[in-house]
Amino acid sequence: MAALLEVRELRKSFGGIGAVNGVSFAVHAGEILGLIGPNGSGKSTLFNCILGQLAPSSGEVRIDGRPIGGMRPCDLNRLGIGRTFQLLQVFPQLSVRENLLLAGQEHEGGMWSRLFGPRDAGLSAAANRMIDFFRLAALAEERAGALSYGQQKLLDVAMAFMAGPRLVLLDEPAGGVNPTMLGGLRERLKAINETGRSTFVVIEHNMEFVMSLCTRILVLAEGRIIAEGAPEAIRNDRAVIEAYLGT
Amino acid sequence: MRPVLLFVGVALLIAAPFGLKPYGIYLLSLWAVMTIAAIGLNLTLGYAGQISLAQASFVGIGAYTAALLTTQGWPLGAAFALAALLCFVVGWLLGYPALRVAHHYLAFVTLSFATLVFLILRNEEWLTKGVYGISGIPRPALLGWSTKAPQDFYFFCLGVLALASIAAWWLLRSPWGRAFTALRENPIRASSLGIDTRRYTLMAFAIGSALGGVAGVLYAPLVQFIEPTAFTPGLSFNLLLMVIVGGAGRFFGPFLGAAVSVLLPEWLRFSEGLYLMLYAVFVMILLAFFPSGLLGLAERLRTSWPRSSKSAS
Repeated sequence: MAALLEVRELRKSFGGIGAVNGVSFAVHAGEILGLIGPNGSGKSTLFNCILGQLAPSSGEVRIDGRPIGGMRPCDLNRLGIGRTFQLLQVFPQLSVRENLLLAGQEHEGGMWSRLFGPRDAGLSAAANRMIDFFRLAALAEERAGALSYGQQKLLDVAMAFMAGPRLVLLDEPAGGVNPTMLGGLRERLKAINETGRSTFVVIEHNMEFVMSLCTRILVLAEGRIIAEGAPEAIRNDRAVIEAYLGT
Repeated sequence: MRPVLLFVGVALLIAAPFGLKPYGIYLLSLWAVMTIAAIGLNLTLGYAGQISLAQASFVGIGAYTAALLTTQGWPLGAAFALAALLCFVVGWLLGYPALRVAHHYLAFVTLSFATLVFLILRNEEWLTKGVYGISGIPRPALLGWSTKAPQDFYFFCLGVLALASIAAWWLLRSPWGRAFTALRENPIRASSLGIDTRRYTLMAFAIGSALGGVAGVLYAPLVQFIEPTAFTPGLSFNLLLMVIVGGAGRFFGPFLGAAVSVLLPEWLRFSEGLYLMLYAVFVMILLAFFPSGLLGLAERLRTSWPRSSKSAS
């Protein structure tokens, strides 16, 4: 069976400087793959190349064995590929509920049916479920811009799941989230993975979070994969320790 | 509160022309026409975040479509349909540069387009009669109701404004409105959520331009004589001012902005030669201290009112 996501020899250079230097890996349905590495190792660039926000210099990305090179981010999203960004990307002028409706509306019907159909695009029930699941009920009608950073981060993650994606690429979901919320976020991601069989690729600097969430970890340094394996093996890998500590 | 304000506003607009002289009624009609054009620009700029300095061109295209057709005996309804379609298509095409450039670069692209349209209106005499203009533009009759008199034509303009407002309200309350807001606030995130930013950008331009065309169709029979200088880029700046002064991205912003732009200079005429200077100073102060426009100011007052009364008690 073809891997859900397959990256083959992906390279991306900026003015002769290689940010991603021939990365290959595969992600299978149901996995939670962690992608770690020091700052500047090419993790976010790799995400952006996979998701069509940057054009790779060479290499190939496949979803279900099908090349997706040249596809726009919106088309990839409709294929069931969601993402979050390193920096918060909610819509501050819209309410929490409207952010969630927005995140799902383009997956329902055509453009004209959205114009003449209901204002909630038939997604109120799904939005309510997501609001409850991420414990945002008390804030549902608040403007997203008025929420705390941690609450906005939860909303950001919730938006990525609104359309029921098969694969979600999460860029530092734990960044800036307080320890209390972090445990809740991890449990929710695990629950979605187990019950929804949604597959994740997670970039994260919080080692405790990534080790307890992921089933497999790739380590990137200077745009190359330097280690791959189970969390426990990665924790004790000499090359990984050297990449992080520079010894 | 809001329905009451709306009701009072509509009642005032209906009662306003009674007791006014023809020039006053003309100004009210011009306000209605400019409001429609500003609603279109508010959609493109205020909601979807795409700067356009070409709205005057679409008012011009609409006005010339109406003038050319109605002076040849075509009904004004045909002019509405053709102008809206023509402006929709041209606006859609004008949206393509917005897929490549943004902000001041896009402003200059649209400004160039506005200059191009002005030059066509001025130079292509075989079609537009150039600087001589087109006169004798008739006002329509609807099911036996003649709108020749200023008051009748004002109510006709008001009716079209009501229809345009309802259509815009419907659009902005639909998921399209949310998509436009997302396009303005963060197009990269919007795209990652499946929103086809390219199509929505083009739609924002096309629909906003079509509303400009509708305004132009009303403008021609209002003034009954059109010539190219009425549609210079200066009008585009004026329409931009209406959107910003009223409150960009706020539904009733264009209504207030058009009132400021069309009516305020007239009210300031008591100062004789100083009235335009006073108007300029008013706009400068307003935008320097309240960049979110009059409605932004009203919202700020509304939200700070309970706080200040609480702290006083």
